Amino acid sequence: MSSENAYFVPHDAKWPIIGSIGLMLFFGGFAAQLNNMPSSSIVMTIGFLVLVYMMFGWFGEVINESESGSYKSNEDASFRVGMIWFIFSEVMFFAAFFGALYYIRTFSVPWIGGIGAGSVTNEYLWSSFEAMWPTNGPDNIGGDYQKMGPWGLPAINTLILLTSGVTVTWAHWGLIANKRKQLIFGLALTVILGFIFVALQALEYSHGYNDLNLTMASGVYGSTFYMLTGFHGFHVTVGAIMLAVMLVRSMKGHFTPENHFAFEATAWYWHFVDVVWLGLFVFVYWL
Amino acid sequence: MATVTDLHDDHHDHGPAKGLMRWVTTTNHKDIGTLYLIFALVMFMVGGAMAMVIRLELFQPGLQFVDPGFFNQMTTVHALVMIFGGVMPAFVGLANWMLPIMIGGPDMALPRMNNWSFWILPFAFAMLLGTFFMDGGAPAGGWTLYPPLVLQGGDGFSFMIFAIHMMGISSVMGAINVIVTILNMRAPGMTLMKMPLFVWTWFITAYLLIAVMPVLAGAVTMLLTDRFYDTTFFSAAGGGDPVLFQHIFWFFGHPEVYILILPAFGVISAIIPTFARKPLFGYSSMVYATSSIAFLSFIVWAHHMFTVGLPLQAELFFMYATMLIAVPTGVKVFNWISTMWKGSLTFETPMLFAIGFVIMFTIGGFSGLMLAIAPADFQYHDTYFVVAHFHYVLVTGAVYSIMASVYYWIPKWTGNMYSEKMGQWHFWLSTISVNILFFPQHFLGLAGMPRRIPDYSVQFAEFNMWSSIGGFAFGLSQVFFCYIVYKTIKGGEKATDQVWEGAEGLEWTLSSPPPYHSFSKAPEIK
Amino acid sequence: MIKLKQLFAGGLVLTFMSSVAQAEYGLNLPLGVTETSKQVYDLHMLILWICVVIGVIVFGAMIYSMIYHRKSRGAVASQFHESMAAEIIWTVIPFVILIVMAVPATKVLVEMHDTSEADMKIKVTGYQWKWRYEYIGEGVDFFSTLDAASNEARKLGSDIDPSTVENYLLNVDNPLVIPAGKKVGFLLTASDVIHSWWVPDFGWKKDAIPGFVNEAWVKVDEPGVYRGQCAELCGRDHGFMPIVVEVKSQADYETWLAEQKTGAAVAQVEVIKELDSAELNSKGKDIYNANCVACHQQNGQGVPGVFPAITGSTIATGDINQHIDMIMNGKAGTAMAAFKEQLNDVELAAVVTYQRNSLGNNVGDVVQPTAIAALR
Ligand code: HEA
Ligand code: HEA
Ligand code: HEC
Ligand code: CUA
Ligand SMILES: [Cu+2]
Repeated sequence: MSSENAYFVPHDAKWPIIGSIGLMLFFGGFAAQLNNMPSSSIVMTIGFLVLVYMMFGWFGEVINESESGSYKSNEDASFRVGMIWFIFSEVMFFAAFFGALYYIRTFSVPWIGGIGAGSVTNEYLWSSFEAMWPTNGPDNIGGDYQKMGPWGLPAINTLILLTSGVTVTWAHWGLIANKRKQLIFGLALTVILGFIFVALQALEYSHGYNDLNLTMASGVYGSTFYMLTGFHGFHVTVGAIMLAVMLVRSMKGHFTPENHFAFEATAWYWHFVDVVWLGLFVFVYWL
Repeated sequence: MATVTDLHDDHHDHGPAKGLMRWVTTTNHKDIGTLYLIFALVMFMVGGAMAMVIRLELFQPGLQFVDPGFFNQMTTVHALVMIFGGVMPAFVGLANWMLPIMIGGPDMALPRMNNWSFWILPFAFAMLLGTFFMDGGAPAGGWTLYPPLVLQGGDGFSFMIFAIHMMGISSVMGAINVIVTILNMRAPGMTLMKMPLFVWTWFITAYLLIAVMPVLAGAVTMLLTDRFYDTTFFSAAGGGDPVLFQHIFWFFGHPEVYILILPAFGVISAIIPTFARKPLFGYSSMVYATSSIAFLSFIVWAHHMFTVGLPLQAELFFMYATMLIAVPTGVKVFNWISTMWKGSLTFETPMLFAIGFVIMFTIGGFSGLMLAIAPADFQYHDTYFVVAHFHYVLVTGAVYSIMASVYYWIPKWTGNMYSEKMGQWHFWLSTISVNILFFPQHFLGLAGMPRRIPDYSVQFAEFNMWSSIGGFAFGLSQVFFCYIVYKTIKGGEKATDQVWEGAEGLEWTLSSPPPYHSFSKAPEIK
Repeated sequence: MIKLKQLFAGGLVLTFMSSVAQAEYGLNLPLGVTETSKQVYDLHMLILWICVVIGVIVFGAMIYSMIYHRKSRGAVASQFHESMAAEIIWTVIPFVILIVMAVPATKVLVEMHDTSEADMKIKVTGYQWKWRYEYIGEGVDFFSTLDAASNEARKLGSDIDPSTVENYLLNVDNPLVIPAGKKVGFLLTASDVIHSWWVPDFGWKKDAIPGFVNEAWVKVDEPGVYRGQCAELCGRDHGFMPIVVEVKSQADYETWLAEQKTGAAVAQVEVIKELDSAELNSKGKDIYNANCVACHQQNGQGVPGVFPAITGSTIATGDINQHIDMIMNGKAGTAMAAFKEQLNDVELAAVVTYQRNSLGNNVGDVVQPTAIAALR
């Protein structure tokens, strides 16, 4: 029964309510924007800024608490378990889109094409359509397009992400062994690789939109392609920003070999993003 | 894992802050639990008021009060509000209040995030309810949001989608908090298999939440892009399929209905032993049954889709899997009855609601089993038989368990005893009226009345009238409930710490009401 | 006190039950008129009775314990809380019961799925809010909408007592007609949103999904009229798209079919005629009220945010070709359906003319059926 063992319960948290307001302004502004309501983008931007402010404030407070030694093994364990389950929730979010891709490829497209249970569907509604992948559907939605091949940029991106997974682990080893140079260098490399990935992905999108006529509106192929890679790209961006923050904190010397939960959480997140990419590479680009 | 509170100098010697900001910035699990419970009660009234509009229009054949489009908005938002605003927050509120106490921990594991989980909700529902004032009104495609219909909505559509996203964020954060708390905040000696069943069922519920809320988020995101960014996930012209949405939705939706009932199982497993003065029968089989239900809930989703034209093998698989859920659920029912068997029973209000739960939930379970039989479901599907089924499991199931918990724990929360006489009245009024409300709906459904219609042919008139009368009576009984709760908060006979003669568990070792920080030192678990 | 309340509750339940027993309408699933529906009925009764029996046992045990093990009777709680044997028994027995249910269910389901060897096929398409029936290979094709009497009575504040309307909400203008004793195959689909085709007496319902075709079948032996409704929420007027099936003897069916074929030919001829503006307008009003009011409303004011107003609409007062195109081809991805299949040339010409010159619009031009025919 000593104060060292007391579980840290912060008080008078103002960040959550700010976050809620920011979230509502952002989402509400976005929703209004979709309906072309006036001044909606301003509301959305304000919401976004409030959210950024909230994150700086909230995380800043947490960092201060962490640095001032408020967190013991118990709090640390809570953060770890929490992060694992958060990543699980992200896995399930992607599962919805992978599930959609699976369903479209194994059921809906073949059915429309008259295979298996779809023979009458094809006969009476889409008789000129033949099932294939990729496809933009019997109505040739979005017009003729070309497929995004796996062996150009995507393959390079695969290498980049896999390498970044290695560098972040290497940085982690450095952290554990208290080799600051290795930590900072490894982390910096990871951040750079992360942003290169994002840049290449943007390049690929512009190639898709400008040269291949492959857009979100290119039937189910375009839909699944951009939805899956888009959400992944978004997660990479977030992950890279998180890594950049970790880099700054490493340089400030926030982490010790024993106590560096934030770093580890970011690394887990990065590996998760990595694994999702492998799934994408195989099921979206390759097969 | 020694967990002792209230000595850290950062939060030294303080009760709650003063004024309104106490509630806005609080990180205290009891405050947040209270907020959740009050919010849920308000939402229950809002959703209930919509149900009253539905029952009013259905009182007689012919359209008397509302436009059919508005009727559909009522049906849709009634369901969304009741499920996401009423039952789920009520259970999270109970979790917040009771879990840390039941496991002898100082608070929830992530207190600041706990505050955020709650405070997202009022904003999310403000956005959802705000759609009533927009062009085209509130969403009217049913709570199941099936495309292409839902895509026809007005301006409210996009707001609804983002409101659902916010509810999802809130639930996932809440669920993470519950899991972390249970895994990490138990007092020394509180092993997993010593945890009260309410803790166990919430543990599994939280797991379900984290697994399926993101899937719902994915599904509604695809709706959003289908409407605004020309994707074709749910349109055959582009190679998609409207039924794809249904698969994804029900992959979320079926586990969701167990999210709405598992915590109820936990509550009932606490109340029945107390008033039977006898330990819960088959504790470990209860844990295993709950886990089996959770597992099965992931592989039965297509029983909501028997009529969409699934291949035969799929229909058979989903039929068998669904039927199997009766086995673990039966185990629970049998265990509760065995707990009562040879006990020394008394019938205070919580026990009445618990017994009402067991009987009427089982009736709802039986109709569920009937629905599970695919060829028969071809007849039952989308009729009032289904409406009767799910209101038995939701209202006399989930909502009854919430009322039982309120009566059971409100003396602990407030330090005041509720009026037993009024509680008994509330129970009997509710139970009689709720059966007049929902039982005839079985007959309506079998006789052929489809659901989600504002008007019906005259052969259904009589039962609808009964149902509406029951509905109004049930509604008024709930207004009475609010009064009872209000009275109890305001004052009343002081409750003892033990409150109930037969009650066991850590919460009863604390004073009533418990101190702002529950355990000044970690309790000992025998 | 508690006794009194129970008495009260019991009394209420009893009066309720007796009033139910006296009522002559259905409490239960209809037995139906097909082999399938009878099998489904049997299955329903089987599960129902199994549930009732289990219910009696389970609730019986509970009530027994509530009566005999209550504290006020001096019951002392025993402390047992486990029994492996009991747990196994009540896991295994329900499992066995489930198998008993699953076997006949499987059998019925397999038979219902057998859509092969139909004697004739009808394609059923759901529209917001009507049904379209196409007799495959016969050239017969028509729409089926809520009948006028019900449609009048069901309006908000119509003050017509529904009980004075025959078959209120369960009647249509053009019923589906099928021959008795034949296996009729259905090909179900939809043009806009999901609908569901359901006639309780046939023992099944099946969803009509846009872009996909579902199959089902029916074989009715007794001629008669059977009624049902759309069973999947399909928007504002979901409650108002009934289904009526007339089952006729083979001979009567054939006469009917022949009439349909000549009727269609007559309608074709009508097109040639030129009509004056008054004729078009008055005809257009009927068409508008039958087909368009559900969305664009009685006075053309629409529903803000979902259904645009016709009054003052840039399309209905602008370029006439665009206006015609909107009505003939609809607008993909919105509720505005393509009406060229639903309405003939005269009707289309009339409704366009009407919209341009009524409902607060005053453009002054007319369109002739021949012009529409040229656009087909
Ligand atoms: C709390 C919520 C809840 C719960 C617990 C359940 C429980 C069950 N539900 Fe229900 N259900 C809903 C909420 C719920 N449901 C909702 C909201 C809908 C409609 C959604 C919509 O369309 O809007 C729905 C719809 C629904 C359908 C689709 C109907 C249709 O649209 O056509 C089906 C079909 O299989 C079904 C089945 C079941 C089954 C088999 C159970 C089982 O879990 C029940 C198990 C319990 C028992 C069986 C009783 C106790 C057991 C014994 C005493 C043991 C012995 C018994 C036997 C061996 C028989 N439910
Ligand atoms: C937890 C969930 C939950 C709860 C608690 C309820 C509670 C109630 N529900 Fe609901 N319901 C659903 C979930 C729920 N429902 C769902 C999922 C659907 C399907 C939606 C869809 O098809 O998409 C549905 C659909 C549904 C329908 C079918 C609508 C249709 O198909 O068109 C009906 C019709 O009777 C109905 C009635 C009621 C009634 C009378 C109550 C009552 O129990 C409510 C009682 C509470 C109150 C009345 C509040 C207290 C009183 C006041 C606020 C004061 C005003 C009171 C008076 C004037 C008397 N509900
Ligand atoms: C199921 C609902 C529905 C029905 C029935 C319907 N419409 Fe429409 N109509 C719509 C919708 C929705 C739009 C808006 C389409 C869009 O987004 O541009 C529309 C648009 C129109 C427009 C263009 C108005 C404008 O200013 O954009 C005209 C003209 C029109 N409809 C005529 C008709 C006629 C004539 C009928 C009957 C024969 C009819 N509609 C039946 C839903 C309907
Ligand atoms: Cu068509 Cu409901
Ligand atoms: Cu289900």
